[in-house]
Amino acid sequence: MSLISRNVFRALVQGSQHVGKGVHTSAVNPEKNVCLAPHSISTLQSQVSKEGRIKCTLIPGDGVGPELVYAVQEVFKAASIPVDFESFFFSEVNPTLSAPLEDVVNSISRNKICIKGILATPDFSHTGELQTLNMKLRNALDLYANVVHVKSLPNVKSRHNNVDCIIIREQTEGEYSALEHESVPGVVECLKIITAQKSERIAKFAFDYAVKMGRKKVTAVHKANIMKLGDGLFLRSCEGMAKLYPRIQFEKMIVDNCTMQMVANPNQFDVMVTPNLYGNIVDNLASGLVGGAGVVAGASYSAECAVFEQGARHIFSGAVGKNIANPTAMLLCSANLLSHVNLHAYSKMIKNAINKVFQDGKIRTKDLGGQCTTKDFTNAVIHFLDHEV
Amino acid sequence: MAARLIRKITPAARSGTAQYSSGVRRVTLIPGHGIGPEITVAVQKIFEAAKVPIEWDEVDVTAVRGPDGKFGIPQKAIDSVNANKIGLKGPLMTPVGKGYRSLNLALRKEFDLYANVRPCKSLDGIKTLYDNVDVVTIRENTEGEYSGIEHEIVDGVVQSIKLITEEASKRVAEFAFEFARDNKRKKVTAVHKANIMRMSDGLFLRCCRDLATKYPDIKFEERYLDTVCLNMVQDPAKFDVLVMPNLYGDIMSDMCSGLVGGLGLTPSGNIGKNGALFESVHGTAPAIAGQDKANPTALLLSGVMMLRYMKLLDHANKIEAACFAVLKEGRVLTEDLGGNSTCTAYTEEIIKNLC
Repeated sequence: MSLISRNVFRALVQGSQHVGKGVHTSAVNPEKNVCLAPHSISTLQSQVSKEGRIKCTLIPGDGVGPELVYAVQEVFKAASIPVDFESFFFSEVNPTLSAPLEDVVNSISRNKICIKGILATPDFSHTGELQTLNMKLRNALDLYANVVHVKSLPNVKSRHNNVDCIIIREQTEGEYSALEHESVPGVVECLKIITAQKSERIAKFAFDYAVKMGRKKVTAVHKANIMKLGDGLFLRSCEGMAKLYPRIQFEKMIVDNCTMQMVANPNQFDVMVTPNLYGNIVDNLASGLVGGAGVVAGASYSAECAVFEQGARHIFSGAVGKNIANPTAMLLCSANLLSHVNLHAYSKMIKNAINKVFQDGKIRTKDLGGQCTTKDFTNAVIHFLDHEV
Repeated sequence: MAARLIRKITPAARSGTAQYSSGVRRVTLIPGHGIGPEITVAVQKIFEAAKVPIEWDEVDVTAVRGPDGKFGIPQKAIDSVNANKIGLKGPLMTPVGKGYRSLNLALRKEFDLYANVRPCKSLDGIKTLYDNVDVVTIRENTEGEYSGIEHEIVDGVVQSIKLITEEASKRVAEFAFEFARDNKRKKVTAVHKANIMRMSDGLFLRCCRDLATKYPDIKFEERYLDTVCLNMVQDPAKFDVLVMPNLYGDIMSDMCSGLVGGLGLTPSGNIGKNGALFESVHGTAPAIAGQDKANPTALLLSGVMMLRYMKLLDHANKIEAACFAVLKEGRVLTEDLGGNSTCTAYTEEIIKNLC
């Protein structure tokens, strides 16, 4: 049975190249997409090895990351998904054991896909560096767009229902530029860099993504009333891009108002595009609305590769080794990864299984008010895997 | 000789302003724009009915062109606040991108109002999805991302400078701990992003840690901004007093108002070294201005905060209780709260409840 389905997949992979191709090219215009198809086959062949298996970089991360990644591996094994992991221990808090940045970057740029646990970012670095390892990885791979899809889960009690918004965050500049200096003792300047090029790039990404996903509205989040030049530039870039997409409604909102609206009436939001720090805030806020960091999946994209990681990035250090973390977010990440590489049936299989676990409602981890362990949840997902799909 | 004269004059001026004990005190009143004048009148009426011993000194702060050719606050307003040391302010309109600094910002700078205090408490009768919210956000008000230093280095590349100084950070941290102690709060949480901005937010965090050691009776904790956002919407009861740099404070304070029913209900105070300005932080609502539909609650509660600051506790409690009673009863409410009464009717209802 699994052999047949694997063959079906190989056919699918070759047949429907353009469907799962990255957002950057496909949504722009259909003609272009067609001419890009041969290119996309070649990129895909690089990750599909001889036996039709796909290689994926795996970074377990810190905190509960390794436990969650283990859950993903278990599910992949049970579903006999043709993905091989290339695992790297990568950590800022444990520099002696960490794999070198270049190795990880090389692996990801070779495999084009990666699944990543959360990296802890300490408040200071032993070498006095201002850049965190996360920033370095993002900059090295130019993972400029972070996409978090916040969606209410079935049968999970929260204050708001039917939340369904996509938050797109620029993550290579802005406040996370790591440019700081102490002019005189006790006076620190921190530079926030906004460039037209990167603002336009993320705005285009957001509109393309909205088109691809069939969304209606894009909201630009900013603080241009105070940072008139910096955020003003970002806002202007978004406005300029909005003119090119007349069928998508465009709206702008000041970040403080946005957070207030988000907690009171989150249903009004559709796609949001934000500079770096505001994205971080809105991501977390929205995740809090639907059940917390354990249930929201996210992904970071460059023009070439995609890194799948949790939407709200918390290491949850209090739960390390206790087997209580919620693996939902990580499993959803893995399902998104599978659909990114055109293994849509497997992706659906995992997503359906997760939905069934929630609908069933018996197995709940602690963060959602249950008493079950990570292992219980993973086993439940495996139990509900429907191989016939 | 001149120096001696000046020395003689200054203490006299100081004692003139510190009228804490003696009778009627003067308070600068800035009605503001849009719905500002209406809600100001409402507050004045209520204060009068409650026999609050203050005298209003009404000034207009509409920008005028100063001698240097730039638009700014009129000198008269500055003099008034400087003399009275205390003020109550309605919403001001800031034209977007018209080249001059926001009047709010100018007022803050002018009077060095370094700490912005925004208590957010769930109100009986105002139904929201979050119960038992009781947090106070304290925000550094003079520097940080709002330093206003920005430049375009080359075409299409802008750098904005976030300025964090030890002096300002210590000052606001100390204020937060003092506030916690004065108001019998148990915990102060420093909200930061020092994992990303290691030097600037690191400095702010260190200042908070330093001050925390001087207040052993108050619990201190540090949280990342994103963690606070996540936890706040899940369980607001986890937090008590929050202290943070400018931008985070701006965002968190508005978010917390969202938890309890919006800016129309939350008071705000700006405390400085030698003065304080209390204000309602909602917009000017030009669409309903002049129609007697505005909700004066935020400005009224800001006024209550002001009375507490002036140590007129009895009056403060009386007015606050009357306001809460009307909200709880829910019979006479303005349109924004789902009622159909006018601002005047709401005001009169509160006056009726003063006892």
